[in-house]
Amino acid sequence: MSAVTTGSLHEAAPATIRRQLDRDDVLMRVGIALLICWLFFTIALPLWALLSKSFQNQDGQFVGLANFITYFSTPALFQSVWNSLYVAILSTVIVLPLAFAYAYALTRTCMKWKGLFQALALIPILAPSLLPAISLIYLFGNQGFLKELLLGGSIYGAGGIVIAQVFYCLPHALMILVAALSMADARLYEAADALGASKVRIFFTVTLPGAKYGVISAGFVVFTLVITDFGIAKVIGGRFNVLATDIYKQVIGQQNFEMGAVVGIILLLPAILAFAADRIIQRRQVALLSARAVPLEPKPEPRRDWAMFAFCAVVGGLIFGILLVSFWASLITRWPYNLTLTLKNYFFGDFDTNGWEAYWNSVILALWTAVIGTGIVFVGAWLLEKSRGFAWGRGIAQLLAMLPMAVPGLVLGLAYIFFFNAKWNPLGFLYATMAILVINSVTHFYTVSHLTATTALKQLDPEFEAVSASLRVSLLRTMVRVTVPVCLPAVLDISIYLFVNAMTTVSAVIFLYSTDTKLASVTIVNMDESGFTAAAAAMAMTIVFTSAGVKIAHVLLTRRLERTTQAWRRR
Amino acid sequence: MSIATNHNPDGAPYLRIERLTKQFGSFTALKDIGLEIYPGEFVCFLGPSGCGKTTLLRAIAGLDIQTSGRIFQGGKDISALPSSHRDFGIVFQSYALFPNLSVSANVGYGLVSRGLPKVEIETRVNELLHLVGLPDAGRKYPAQLSGGQQQRIALARALALSPGLLLLDEPLSALDARVRSHLRVEIRRLHQRLGVTTIMVTHDQEEALTMADRIVVMNHGVIEQVGTPTEVYRKPASAFVADFVGTTNFLNAVVAGPGHVRLGDINLACELDVHFGPGNDVTLAIRPEDVVVRNIGPATPNTFDARIAEIEFLGSFCRVGLAINGELAGGPPALVADFSINAVRDLAIAEGKVMPVALPPDRLRVFARPPQAP
Repeated sequence: MSAVTTGSLHEAAPATIRRQLDRDDVLMRVGIALLICWLFFTIALPLWALLSKSFQNQDGQFVGLANFITYFSTPALFQSVWNSLYVAILSTVIVLPLAFAYAYALTRTCMKWKGLFQALALIPILAPSLLPAISLIYLFGNQGFLKELLLGGSIYGAGGIVIAQVFYCLPHALMILVAALSMADARLYEAADALGASKVRIFFTVTLPGAKYGVISAGFVVFTLVITDFGIAKVIGGRFNVLATDIYKQVIGQQNFEMGAVVGIILLLPAILAFAADRIIQRRQVALLSARAVPLEPKPEPRRDWAMFAFCAVVGGLIFGILLVSFWASLITRWPYNLTLTLKNYFFGDFDTNGWEAYWNSVILALWTAVIGTGIVFVGAWLLEKSRGFAWGRGIAQLLAMLPMAVPGLVLGLAYIFFFNAKWNPLGFLYATMAILVINSVTHFYTVSHLTATTALKQLDPEFEAVSASLRVSLLRTMVRVTVPVCLPAVLDISIYLFVNAMTTVSAVIFLYSTDTKLASVTIVNMDESGFTAAAAAMAMTIVFTSAGVKIAHVLLTRRLERTTQAWRRR
Repeated sequence: MSIATNHNPDGAPYLRIERLTKQFGSFTALKDIGLEIYPGEFVCFLGPSGCGKTTLLRAIAGLDIQTSGRIFQGGKDISALPSSHRDFGIVFQSYALFPNLSVSANVGYGLVSRGLPKVEIETRVNELLHLVGLPDAGRKYPAQLSGGQQQRIALARALALSPGLLLLDEPLSALDARVRSHLRVEIRRLHQRLGVTTIMVTHDQEEALTMADRIVVMNHGVIEQVGTPTEVYRKPASAFVADFVGTTNFLNAVVAGPGHVRLGDINLACELDVHFGPGNDVTLAIRPEDVVVRNIGPATPNTFDARIAEIEFLGSFCRVGLAINGELAGGPPALVADFSINAVRDLAIAEGKVMPVALPPDRLRVFARPPQAP
């Protein structure tokens, strides 16, 4: 192995030294190679299959840009691009100030009940995106009890989509902005104060610039979420076509896979652009907080605090209200004729052949996704973070790990059809199984989990591995004894994130389920299509209860963990 | 480059570094380093940040392998060995203690995977905890200890496998001044007791001067000087060393003839290398405490008049700014000197006074002055 050649030491330039590999190096390189294989088969090849499909006709012959030309010359199809951009931009413009004010209230005021308001605003994360759309139909639909408020307008269309999206996207923007606003250096505010700056001026010269990158990031996240979301537009979009529903119609309705692939590529573009722009901007962000920063402690200001309280009460109340509407709808016998309460909407077997089986399928999917996903993601991130040398392999794996973030669920699902259903693919046996749903879900949510794991690993002392090597302890042992226990909170976070998302997602799985593996979220779409809106609401609530239960268990478990196994964290 | 062997005790070196170069892309972090370290020595790598001292330590440990060049430890070529196959214990500035393991588990971390019986491990851990003066810390977690205590535990852990070589990477830099000076003495004592060959990286010249048997002064990826603390302080091999270790006056002078330079109008005798010719631009270096003000007689060499331009009181001594040459009537000081309080009192040294001072020839160092960029 040694490339050290004995030669004339004092004449020519000495030979380059290549480090010999020890067992850990070999194991880790094999691990990275396996990770690359995994990511290659679960994200790179499916995307390639999608891309090549968009250049083929129905017989599988290469037709160049013909499909794209058809797409852009058909106004009915092309209109969706503008529609999608319209609702995405409008939703972003509405969500950002709402989320910013809400985050500001949570981080920079002495408002009462911050914990409650934070919890209220995060509720939508636990629900499928279909839920707010169903609630809006009950409120403002053809038979909605607040329909008169619309003055003859209709909730079906852009308006309904935007309102539901605001509900659905608010917590995602909120989390980013809370993180951005909670990092502040009190000394900047004291300096501004001492220089006699007004409150408004301080806000625009200190607060806003400090949170600038958070705002930009939140904007991109909301834009991407809206443009790629399928559930809301499906339920409440009416005749207002967007890209996400077009894919569904092309593939499921018209069996036009090639045109579906074209729409998929078009849907991929804004998501990739937003992703790339966000990455570039984040790279320019320098650490605003030095180690010497003094954390900002908000001071009581009754007028501002109560104004913010009122604002949060309205927004949080609306969020909770929308959830309650769905809950109430799920308990009503027959809207609007018979308002007696009943549980019969929860007898899913009466509305859908799969009945409760779909729910259990979802739970099984979520469990497998959480277990397998957390394992692959954490070990993968550990390999990339802690291995030595092998830069090109790590680079490829890192790139592939970032890719899923830019791929909308619907596009990923479609890509999986093309890839796993292809005649030449020996992996075809996975098609229409639970396994493909698990693989798809793990892949769809890979990047965020990977970034969480990487962040946690980066917080460990980088010299742990050096110390292990000097003590001749294998890195694998150090991972089990030290790395995993120290990162346990992050590991739990990742598994909960995977569980909740696998439970609520529609877009990633709508193309991939079979009659045996139908999922709760898909059943909501089907029941809504068949007019069983109350049952759809009931199924949505069942999902909410499940993810809320898991989330609460997570909080309790984390607390318990901190008390028992994490005693070392205390001083 | 020649291998630095200023100090050559009997016997073969324990660690030998030959023509070591480390390249980070186009940046050369270490340039053709040669060095020998003898069994039982305590050696300090001293230099400003970015001089390559930590890179050299990490190359010795196999953590960041060198681009070229060879390292021999105990006669064995370890140049290409991975860290896990080398024989060393290491202590980092960050302590790098495993936070979720107790102190005992940290110290015994390497012993456990050796498959030693439990009792034996326990005995050894206790022995090590005694050695570093924390016999009762075993059941605590690292976060419950102070920085200095944590660093001692890291030291105990590094010594657990009785390594042939102990590497200390800025071990005291994260600690506050009092703990630092205390631990300095203890590490030194521990070294004397165990006799393990030790390399410590530091940017603190005081640490290096007080602890090391030999100091390796580094700058810009090359070794500027290797020598005992006294040699490095008294006879700095370059202007950089004179400046980095301690305080030094630098004065521009011109070679006048063999053994003589001209400093303005002042003619000074000094030890002058043969390769300096008359008219060469040189830099004179002299430490403030070497400027003599007492017992100056007609026979004292290198005596000239200086005006006391400013006095800074520093407790046990005064740092005095001296104006010389054409500045005797008034002007900025060209030279600083440290005079004891006794001397200041006895000679009635006060601002504005003109009095004779001397620069002893054996204290003057002469360095070539690189031509200034136009």
